[in-house]
Amino acid sequence: MLELELFIPATINGLTNGAVYAVIALGLTLIYGVLHIINFAHGSLLMLAMYGVFFLYTLFGIDPYLALPIVVPTMFALGYGLQRGVISRASHGKDENILLVTLGLAIVIDNLALYLWSSDTRIIDTPYAFATIEFGPVLVSTPKVIALVAAVLIAVLFWLLMTRTDLGKAIRAVAKERTGAELVGINVDHVYAMSFGLGIACLGVAACLLLPTFYVTPHVGFAFVLIAFTVVVLGGMGSFMGALWGGLIIGVTESLGGLYLGESLGQIGIFVLFILVLLFRPTGLMGQRS
Amino acid sequence: MKSIPAIALFTLLMAPLPWLLQSEYLLNFAIMALFYAFLGQAWNVLGGYGGQFSFGHAAFFGTGAYTASILQVTFGVNPWVAFVLAGVSGGGMGLIVGFLSFRFGLKGAYFALVTLAFAEVLRILASAVEFTGAGVGILVPLQQSAANFQFADKTGFYLVALALVVLGLLVTASLESSRFGARLIAVREDEDAARALGVNAFEIKLKAITLSGAMAGLAGSFYTQYFLYLDPAIAYGPAVSIEALLVPIIGGTGTLFGPLLGSGVLHSISEFAQHLTAGAPGLNLVIYGAIMVLMVLFLPSGLWGLVVRIRAKAGAGS
Repeated sequence: MLELELFIPATINGLTNGAVYAVIALGLTLIYGVLHIINFAHGSLLMLAMYGVFFLYTLFGIDPYLALPIVVPTMFALGYGLQRGVISRASHGKDENILLVTLGLAIVIDNLALYLWSSDTRIIDTPYAFATIEFGPVLVSTPKVIALVAAVLIAVLFWLLMTRTDLGKAIRAVAKERTGAELVGINVDHVYAMSFGLGIACLGVAACLLLPTFYVTPHVGFAFVLIAFTVVVLGGMGSFMGALWGGLIIGVTESLGGLYLGESLGQIGIFVLFILVLLFRPTGLMGQRS
Repeated sequence: MKSIPAIALFTLLMAPLPWLLQSEYLLNFAIMALFYAFLGQAWNVLGGYGGQFSFGHAAFFGTGAYTASILQVTFGVNPWVAFVLAGVSGGGMGLIVGFLSFRFGLKGAYFALVTLAFAEVLRILASAVEFTGAGVGILVPLQQSAANFQFADKTGFYLVALALVVLGLLVTASLESSRFGARLIAVREDEDAARALGVNAFEIKLKAITLSGAMAGLAGSFYTQYFLYLDPAIAYGPAVSIEALLVPIIGGTGTLFGPLLGSGVLHSISEFAQHLTAGAPGLNLVIYGAIMVLMVLFLPSGLWGLVVRIRAKAGAGS
């Protein structure tokens, strides 16, 4: 049953996929941790970023990794604008309203993409898409190794941002005690929008890491948003380290599920894990009890 | 039940419609609007009156749809019997999902997420196992007769859809005037306060999700009979869950006629948009989503809330 020749590559493959899930989930968890909203539009915004990377490559010949300095700031600006212009206006003090607004945004973005770009599955053809690196007996795809390294780097950068900068201090202050933060002169609206923008900027990173080996369709976001929710719930809503570990665990679960249960049933492991965590430990592995 | 006259009037006005319309196209439109009104009413029982926002009503809809189609295709059960059993199985799925999530105190966004996950698990299961026809789906053989719940004429489907909507209205109206309904609304407004007054919130929410699931299960069976085809994406995909919550939210959650109004308006807009865009894929849903955002931003009590406000203003003016 447990053949190592299959088990080890599947685990490594799972870890590299999980790293990208972790980057997506980092954005989601930051938004939840600070604004206490679940961003249902997360997957749709990821899809937009992926189309961005796709068109930069096909129209202007910009390599996905070199597209990072274009895509990430654009996504940040989009996130900042969405929070200031739409989401903050919807709260009316009720969480349900924000849930509905982000769901509505997701519907709009997904179907606008379907209208503009049709449901065709698109891929880009980079010279290094099938390059591999040897780790002892195991061959690992180069773009996936890059994704893994980048994910860890992003997590460290986030940790530095949150602990070492004034912005990070302000974000943590607002997350803990909104009114108190306002009283000491922090511009809460700005911090909210910065957090949302940073969360969405993560999607820009994820899109650049994904596209060399993944495809894009208007509905690609739905699969990712479910996985990202799972990661965030597993790691604990609002916890950065939780998102990183959660992403890796989910990646491996998915990969091993696919190996032992087959492609179609393999995904079920993720959702069963999701439901179990939601039921028995909704605060997640690393979340604090609220 | 002070809403009975309004429901009776609605039934009387709507019943002769197929003989007045004389158009397959318009009749089909009316059937779909009624169907989504009923599905929205199912969501409204739990989400509108109970305050528990489900993002996965497809779990109940799909279970009802599969129950109805498998029972008649594989086991030769009469479709009308299968229709009733679809309601039972939808309710059963509601009971299971509700028991698990409410037992562990999930609310708000967590509840929305867990319902979404249940629908997704069921979708994956349905596309993986044999007896649901897996990814290929189930084709219900065409055998048109009223005894077989397949009408040669759309009028039959229209009358069943109307009967379902009236049933939904009566169930909802009874919520507004019963002890159970009062307790459910109390739980929605403030669960802790309701419990302090001796309301068993767990039991009340469980009853509401079972009722809501049963209604969605019936809707699933109706869908199967109308289109005679079912696959995992139709049954358990996110489209049904989104329709189920959009309709009452646009119309007005926690109101009797909200889902009906929401469904009528949404489907008129959707048809109009399809004409305008010559059936371009996705554009009608773009409009749906935009309306949903605008509604939450500017009209959080829905269209029915607007109607009530205008009536109150007119009443104060006269």
